[in-house]
Amino acid sequence: MDRHSWAWFHRFASPPYVYRFAGALAPWCAWTALLLIGFGLYGGLWSSPPDYQQGDGFRIIYIHVPSAYLSMMCYALLALASAVGLVWRIKLAHAVAVAAAPLGASFTFLALVTGSLWGKPMWGTFWVWDARLTSELILLFLYLGFIALNRAYEDPRSGDRAAAVLAVVGVVNLPIIHYSVVWWSSLHQGSTRFFGGEAEIATSMVIPLLLMILGFTMLFGACLLKRMQAEILARERDAAWAAEVA
Amino acid sequence: MPPGRRKWHEMKSLHEFLTMGGYAVYVWPSYAIAALVVAVNAIAPSLRLRRLKAEIKARGAKKP
Amino acid sequence: MSRPLFALMSRDLKLAYRRRDELATPAIFFVLVTTLFPLGLSPQPDLLQSIGPGVVWVAALLAGLIGQQTLFKGDFDDGSLEQLLLCPVSLELLALTRVATHWLTAGLPIVLLSPLMGLLMDYPAHAMGELVLSLLLGTAILSLLGAVGAALTVGLRQSGMLMPILVLPLAVPVLIFGAQAAAQAAGGGDPGAALYLLAAMLVLGITLAPFAIAAAVRVSLES
Repeated sequence: MDRHSWAWFHRFASPPYVYRFAGALAPWCAWTALLLIGFGLYGGLWSSPPDYQQGDGFRIIYIHVPSAYLSMMCYALLALASAVGLVWRIKLAHAVAVAAAPLGASFTFLALVTGSLWGKPMWGTFWVWDARLTSELILLFLYLGFIALNRAYEDPRSGDRAAAVLAVVGVVNLPIIHYSVVWWSSLHQGSTRFFGGEAEIATSMVIPLLLMILGFTMLFGACLLKRMQAEILARERDAAWAAEVA
Repeated sequence: MPPGRRKWHEMKSLHEFLTMGGYAVYVWPSYAIAALVVAVNAIAPSLRLRRLKAEIKARGAKKP
Repeated sequence: MSRPLFALMSRDLKLAYRRRDELATPAIFFVLVTTLFPLGLSPQPDLLQSIGPGVVWVAALLAGLIGQQTLFKGDFDDGSLEQLLLCPVSLELLALTRVATHWLTAGLPIVLLSPLMGLLMDYPAHAMGELVLSLLLGTAILSLLGAVGAALTVGLRQSGMLMPILVLPLAVPVLIFGAQAAAQAAGGGDPGAALYLLAAMLVLGITLAPFAIAAAVRVSLES
């Protein structure tokens, strides 16, 4: 195995390198996010017409779908980082997971709130036990469990590893949970599908939605990078390189 | 009306934009909460970084 | 290779027998929680019939989890858990044995009591077998999941309700399939799909959970 080809990979196990890398990359992500979201909001809120059935109420979709998608992607990222940390004993990977957890929980919360606000005018109640919202709720519990377990440990390194085990168990369970909720929802709902309108999504909605999804992903990236920086610095506060950077 | 871009003469008015066709009480809080969530997640780490850097500097100054 | 496993199992069973009063508490809790629902709602037979499977299942779930928090606590406190690490048999197999013993002492009583709970909830007699079968599979899966939670929290000084909080979201599919199997059997439908899914989850659990439990035990011991 050529030593050169792995050098770039090994840099990512070095806290000062990742700290500087994250600090440099974050503004780029933020500005890209601003651009994409700006165009997305223009298309979504202003230039696209109201929906045939839902009027202007459907515009919540531009927040709800990106945050729901990100909440799940973040958990996958959290679990992946946890697995890397456990298998290769890279402490930095645990820092990524711990930094990502509150961010993922925030987006899950946002997905739930926007889902509720979308549901109220459409189906009369602030909460509907449909597959998507119920899955998001359970995902929120998974995030909160991870954060709680991580914080419950006095020794942060053990807390990292315990929460990492939980995350891996959770991600294996996640498809099963999702499938069971979808199955449960289909049994109890009969013919009405709450988010069935997505099948007929109009072309005027697709482009702003894609822009918002990409923009939110960039935004997520920027926030994660900043959180990673803070997490790394907190863990390495006694190191020599930390004194230089402060 | 076919989906797609509006014609120029059917362009949205500011009033229509603000009231969101009657759904304003649902749409605007959604966007406001989203903005809040993003703001908190953007600002909190920066604040934490600032606190950490101050703490590290202070510790460095204490050392002889 | 199986001698240490049998030794562990007989030790656990002996200890459980010595504390047999403690053994009864999950079962009593199971009965209590089930009775709370008619008391909190109404004893109308049609209501009880419609909520019965779900109530019995939730009660079994809670009774199982709450009793399992201390699965490794005793051994952790007196140092026996560390000794288990030194055993020639893999920690994963030891964990599986511990779960099996736990299920025998905690899950099985719940399964055996379930027809009685079904009776309380006006559950039809013809479907009692399916109720028992669903709980038989379900309590086993829950013992496996609960052991992961117990191992993750055994080293914490004040874990409180943390273990159930960690495990309950993971237990949702078990609850959904189990309660649905019981409900479908009661309603005259076919509980086959749900029962097969439960069985599949059990197989998955037996295969994978020991690794998670062992990893969690190692983390708890190194802290």
